Amino acid sequence: MSTTVPVKAQKSEAKKQNPEFVQLLDPDGIRLSDDLYDPWVSDVTGDQLASLYEDLIIVRRIDTEATALQRQGELGLWPPLFGQEAAQVGSARTLRPDDFVFSSYRENAVAYCRGVKLPDLVRVWRGTAASGWDPFSVGMATPAVIIGAQTLHATGYAVGCKKDGVDSVAVAYFGDGATSEGDVSEAMVFAASFKAPVIFFCQNNQWAISEPVGLQAQRPIADRAPGFGIPSIRVDGNDVLAVMAATRSALDRARNGGGPTFIEAVTYRRGPHTTSDDPSRYVDPVVATEWEARDPIARVEAFLRSEGVLTDELAASIQSRADQVAAEFRAGCLGLENPEPLSVFDNVYATEHSGLARQKSQYKAYLEGFEK
Amino acid sequence: MTELTLAKALGSGLRRALSDDDKVVLLGEDIGALGGVFRVTDGLQRDFGTERVMDTPLAEAGIIGMAVGLAFRGYRPVCEIQFDGFIYPGFDQIVAQVAKLHYRTAGNVRMPLTIRVPYGGGIGAVEHHSESPEAYFAHTAGLRVVTCSTPQDAHSMLREAIACDDPVLFFEPKRRYWTKGDVNEDAVGLPMGKARVVVEGTDVTLVTYGPLVATALDAAVAAADDGISLEVVDLRSLAPVDFDTVSASVQKTGRLVITHEASESGGLGAEIAATLTDRCFYYLEAAPVRITGFDVPYPPAKLEDHFLPDLDRILDGVDRALGRANSLTGWSA
Repeated sequence: MSTTVPVKAQKSEAKKQNPEFVQLLDPDGIRLSDDLYDPWVSDVTGDQLASLYEDLIIVRRIDTEATALQRQGELGLWPPLFGQEAAQVGSARTLRPDDFVFSSYRENAVAYCRGVKLPDLVRVWRGTAASGWDPFSVGMATPAVIIGAQTLHATGYAVGCKKDGVDSVAVAYFGDGATSEGDVSEAMVFAASFKAPVIFFCQNNQWAISEPVGLQAQRPIADRAPGFGIPSIRVDGNDVLAVMAATRSALDRARNGGGPTFIEAVTYRRGPHTTSDDPSRYVDPVVATEWEARDPIARVEAFLRSEGVLTDELAASIQSRADQVAAEFRAGCLGLENPEPLSVFDNVYATEHSGLARQKSQYKAYLEGFEK
Repeated sequence: MTELTLAKALGSGLRRALSDDDKVVLLGEDIGALGGVFRVTDGLQRDFGTERVMDTPLAEAGIIGMAVGLAFRGYRPVCEIQFDGFIYPGFDQIVAQVAKLHYRTAGNVRMPLTIRVPYGGGIGAVEHHSESPEAYFAHTAGLRVVTCSTPQDAHSMLREAIACDDPVLFFEPKRRYWTKGDVNEDAVGLPMGKARVVVEGTDVTLVTYGPLVATALDAAVAAADDGISLEVVDLRSLAPVDFDTVSASVQKTGRLVITHEASESGGLGAEIAATLTDRCFYYLEAAPVRITGFDVPYPPAKLEDHFLPDLDRILDGVDRALGRANSLTGWSA
């Protein structure tokens, strides 16, 4: 098949729609049909899907490298996204540059897709800076570590877009654990009341550190949003095509005055919460193996190979590209310079602050005392 | 020059801010048609519309968090917290987000929020409606905390707070909302970061702010009848504190009394006493004295007169600073 032809489901091969969630590529790489969501990706060609495949491979490679860097003592901490690549790439690649992302700390694949420079991904984790990047240069806020806090920021940003009369959209990324936080409920109330062009993109990765999603929600998380007056979509978060379709439909609603949408991307955190965590204490290996079989990359690979888009040669070149990115990433990380001592006082305030100025001058004099 | 109540002076400050900068938006509960529970925003939604003056759902974290997002978008939000004791649900957004985002973005994102908080007691209110939570915020790096005591300052300082590129907690002394005074909207006043010597004196420096400035002025008159000259300093800014002005006064008088409604332990008085002891140790003739609310929850209305520092308790503290007979020493005069 020509790689520029859209990746449509073959009617003759089409299985029944997955009743659990929106799924366009099943774990075996079979393209399922979905009357509601097929139109949202009808323009996606084999080449474009191959490009998404490359993204998936690269972000997994970056993530692996970051974990290695932490194990080697080069990073203080790292929150792996292993297993969640499709949820992040599929959504982030549908955004426009003028959209704005408010994320948690695990959305490093989103950051990569937004154009965050490689070393900027780890400035905070290496402890060399309080900030990774300039949010305005990439349309993505630096991550919120307080769980769920950023959902309100996204809502406020979206209200601002509406006031400005532009059709930019704010996207809040958060996890299943965050849905128990009051901020997330408040964000949904505000977004609904002000009809804010915001997408609540929840990656249900089944875990909040060691707590299973069943402790946060007794029903599918997507069921919660309609109670706030917000339409929701439950999508296979390991299916990059379905995530793209769901996100596009939500973006379209937001851009056209329809207000917020809640997307629950059902996925699985295959790694630890962070490099400090020990999932062997709480994860059932049988369940983990089941999720391995639903890998977000394998299904795209199977599909692209079956369509003749992905050859051994292309796969090798993508892997080589990923290794090259990882090498650049490592070099960038190791090249990050330690901050100057007096920069501890920088950027606390935007304007002169008499109290801090005094502390800074006193500490400067103290440090200079060691040079005498 | 117009004579206005302090509440009206705040309202006229908001009106000017809305007129001068179309990025200024007001957010809060009941600030629209009602004009706020204290009527500070009276008429503003009518004149500037619901896009500029927004009634919000009842959620303080939501109000502050939404304002953060608006600031990312280039807006200059002014949030009203309905009562002092209602600010705590928004506390996380204030201390973990508003205060730190400029730092967390290496100075790329500014948080020019103003958070207005009616505070303090003396109005016979029920629980959660008379608190003085300013020390929590003065303790937090990244925030500025100011408070006004006159209609002119209310107007000028509020406009300055809104124009400031840093987040400002603006505490409004609610029992002084009905105090009248002349307001010149075009006056170039003392910057909001500076303390003001309201009454000059030579014997004791009396430092206070917000609702107790009026009480301190009464105390100065009463003390003068007794031959004691009080120098009254209105701090105006609680973070940062203008220690230069307070130090200059204490170097002149050698004695320091600090009074505020907030509880004593860990309060602004402790910070001022410690810093002035450090800076003016060899000028001090006596230990600094704090006259404050007690370390109890704000009490029922019929007990608040026993909680709030009043003229007599302040004068008792002045006596202590002077080594005269006072309630604690029990010395006879």
